[in-house]
Amino acid sequence: MLLQFCTKHAQSKQGGIFIVLALALILAALPFVVGNTLGNAWLRILNFTLLYIMLALGLNIVVGFAGLLDLGYIAFYAVGAYCYALLSSPHFGLHLPIWLTIPSGALLAAFFGLLLGAPTLRLRGDYLAIVTLGFGEIVRIFLNNLNAPVNITNGPQGISGIDPLHFFGISLGKPINFLGLNVPSLHSYYYLFLALTALVVLLSVRLKRSRIGRAWMAIREDEVAAKSCGINTRNLKLLAFSMGASFGGIAGGLFAGFQGFVSPESFSLMESVMILCMVVLGGMGHIPGVILGGLLLSVLPEIFRQNAAPLQIAILGKVWLDPEALRMLLFGLSLILIMLYRPNGLWPTSAPSSAEQK
Amino acid sequence: MSTSLLEAKAISKKFGGIQALSEVSLSIQQGEIYGLIGPNGAGKTTFFNLLTGLYRADSGNFAFAGKPLPSGSAHQITQCGIARTFQNIRLFGQMSALENVMVGRHVRTAAGVLGAIFRTTATRQEEASIREQAERCLDYVGIAQHAHAQAKTLSYGDQRRLEIARALATEPKLLALDEPAAGMNRTETETLRSLIETIRQDGVTILLIEHDVKLVMGLCDRLAVLDYGCKICEDTPQIVQKNARVISAYLGENFAGSE
Repeated sequence: MLLQFCTKHAQSKQGGIFIVLALALILAALPFVVGNTLGNAWLRILNFTLLYIMLALGLNIVVGFAGLLDLGYIAFYAVGAYCYALLSSPHFGLHLPIWLTIPSGALLAAFFGLLLGAPTLRLRGDYLAIVTLGFGEIVRIFLNNLNAPVNITNGPQGISGIDPLHFFGISLGKPINFLGLNVPSLHSYYYLFLALTALVVLLSVRLKRSRIGRAWMAIREDEVAAKSCGINTRNLKLLAFSMGASFGGIAGGLFAGFQGFVSPESFSLMESVMILCMVVLGGMGHIPGVILGGLLLSVLPEIFRQNAAPLQIAILGKVWLDPEALRMLLFGLSLILIMLYRPNGLWPTSAPSSAEQK
Repeated sequence: MSTSLLEAKAISKKFGGIQALSEVSLSIQQGEIYGLIGPNGAGKTTFFNLLTGLYRADSGNFAFAGKPLPSGSAHQITQCGIARTFQNIRLFGQMSALENVMVGRHVRTAAGVLGAIFRTTATRQEEASIREQAERCLDYVGIAQHAHAQAKTLSYGDQRRLEIARALATEPKLLALDEPAAGMNRTETETLRSLIETIRQDGVTILLIEHDVKLVMGLCDRLAVLDYGCKICEDTPQIVQKNARVISAYLGENFAGSE
């Protein structure tokens, strides 16, 4: 009986390792497959998908774990991006490597997270959403206007000529010769983003299954009861804000280095809403669900963008509906359908919550 | 049995124009079951909320185990050793019963962000002990079989017991129960009664708000009666039952003194 149990357990563990290995292999081969079949445009989309997954996981800490509705999350992405842009571009003449720029972006974003969290500690739900929305807009408007009297952000023109991500003399902007293999720039970005996404996933999983994660979820479920269980809700909410923000800051720095250009218009309210949709559609608080949400909402619109007009011409003879309008229409429709038929998201936590497993 | 665990001195609280509590003083002895009764709106739950730090008193103070209680800071009060349950059950509905109780261990454990991220040996050991103690608490209140069920799916009586288990997980010296028998049938109330007695025998002092007169009279060592925010009587159940002011508070002036 016991033996049976043990072998079964070992099998499942081996099975888990097998799945992880297979997944790693697929993810490692993916850029070459995508690059050779669909082209570099799709490789860029893939890289952006990883950034969005990072952002969604960061927001998931705030919204999914601690239950704090944040509509200004993109501000932390902006802070990370501008931090990288200022520290590694001709704008100030600084060219720091990523092991300085990315962590400082993460720290600065975490600080902004505290800045947002501190005055909003007593707010919940709708009220919190309004304040965070305002915060996101304030950050964007500041970036837009901080070109006078002292030019810090270069205003609406944004900062261009940002250095590609670089460290120890290696620049990801150029092809890298790795063990005789020529790795193109887009591919090396992909691997760096993949590694950091994996790190963010690992951090999320570990935080969720810890004393801290449990306390966040308790606050989400019932703040008064959480207080009475001895949870310092003030500190834990601030922690959630700053942890979530730091993930956004990391993604922002990567974005700036990858794109080579940042401007305030990349950080509009619509982006915040999009990331929130990834979290909510995927399954709030459930890490695989959030990853799925990030993946779907970054890849599907692109597929649509490329095929909407040609499809209309093929079927109807001419473009009846502007692809952009049609995209928003379908996006809205799918939101409504998902909220009606899967109100907990596409891949929600199975009850009871998985955080309990060791 | 003679040392006082909790001293409330002249506690007052006003909500707008309503004096919810005026100068209520009471003292709870170590190891006793102390009942707090009174008609609806008398201020019982307000007293609980002040004691457990959810509200801040306008005046007056609490001393617990000889030291003043920090006012208006619920988590510090839990840290001092006061745990509570709620009149309208407040569980973490989406979490499992076991997780609910594990949250209760929060205040007696220390693992932080770094421990969680690096999953150090110390953190893993602490996690294992949290789990083990939470399981023990569930077993203690008799719902170990529901450990992995989502809290909101438990039956009403089990939810009440889960709330008590969660409160016990914080290792309280004083357990404050806000109408634990509300909505329970006779058998459930009877099990609850023996649970409360067991908890007392294990050295936890109990403060009980309850409307079930039979339960209160049978269980409590002493009672305080609140009416319109004032303490009108404090004594053993037998004496309180005969007190004219108590009878008039509950039944109206006509019944007072008629026995």
